[in-house]
Amino acid sequence: MSTATQTAPGDFWEVEPHHHHEGASTSIGFWIYLMSDCLMFAVLFAVFGVLGGSYAAGPGPKDLFDLELVALNTAFLLLSSITYGFAMLAMVKENTRGTLMWLGITLVFGLLFLAVEIYEFQHLIHLGAGPQRSAFLSAFFALVGTHGLHVAFGCLWLVTLMIQIRQRGLIPANRRRLACLSMFWHFLDVIWIGVFTFVYLLGMI
Amino acid sequence: MTSIEAQGDKHRAERQAEAHGDQHDDGHDHGSVRSYLTGFILSVILTAIPFAIVMAGGFESRFLTAVVVVGMAIVQILVHMVYFLHMNTRSDEGWTMMALIFTVVILVIVLSGSLWVMYNMNTNMMPQMNHEALGLGS
Repeated sequence: MSTATQTAPGDFWEVEPHHHHEGASTSIGFWIYLMSDCLMFAVLFAVFGVLGGSYAAGPGPKDLFDLELVALNTAFLLLSSITYGFAMLAMVKENTRGTLMWLGITLVFGLLFLAVEIYEFQHLIHLGAGPQRSAFLSAFFALVGTHGLHVAFGCLWLVTLMIQIRQRGLIPANRRRLACLSMFWHFLDVIWIGVFTFVYLLGMI
Repeated sequence: MTSIEAQGDKHRAERQAEAHGDQHDDGHDHGSVRSYLTGFILSVILTAIPFAIVMAGGFESRFLTAVVVVGMAIVQILVHMVYFLHMNTRSDEGWTMMALIFTVVILVIVLSGSLWVMYNMNTNMMPQMNHEALGLGS
């Protein structure tokens, strides 16, 4: 009976060290990076929240923003999210051609989003509503510009991955990279929900 | 072997099975066409409604419009988290969820803190601190 009350080493900790295969902790590490990126956006949103009403007698959101353009951009980003999802599904099915095709479509939507955003920015600057015009516009360009920069780097990453998949196929390393970019891409769409809600829609009410 | 020992062995086996379980294979949920389409359709609806409301001029009360628009955004963020980012409490033994909860807490503190403090700074500033009223403004 005395042995029953004693605890064997394996009761509370693992006796045998177990090995993680290469890249097992990549997804949690990348998630923590995304969370820190999220905090950076939180600060930019806070800046916009504080300065968003300081027009310095200049133009406000209602004079500047075109909601139809924003709706178009939102549609591009949302479509790119689902096409990336289809790329991931093709990857799971070992379908290299399908993966590349869906990644290509995602890239097109990403570039269309950037094109519309660059058009909007240069239109605003042309109107004299550049980032130096007022605190509101500085905060606007900082927030929306940072998001646009993320999308631009996401597109660059997408091109790099497409080349790697074309050269090496869907090897484990490429699958891991695709999974990371998938998180990054969907995360950017989540940030965009915040942008179009707090910057554009609430500004136009 | 006594029944207590047998029970102890069983528990030990279960614990080790848990510890060595899912994390060694891929362990990630990649979703299905169905789940992506569900997420996509929900997102389209949750985007179209606030845009339509604001484009049509909004409700009588601006506050109500703002609440509806922000509410839709929060729901859509949750939809994206579940259907596109496949968030759940199980992946990486719950650490993804812990990191997310921590981030949300910091995010709420940063946003509400900044807005609250800066609002009070703005309204409680003494009049003579107002440079524009004194003609010192640029």
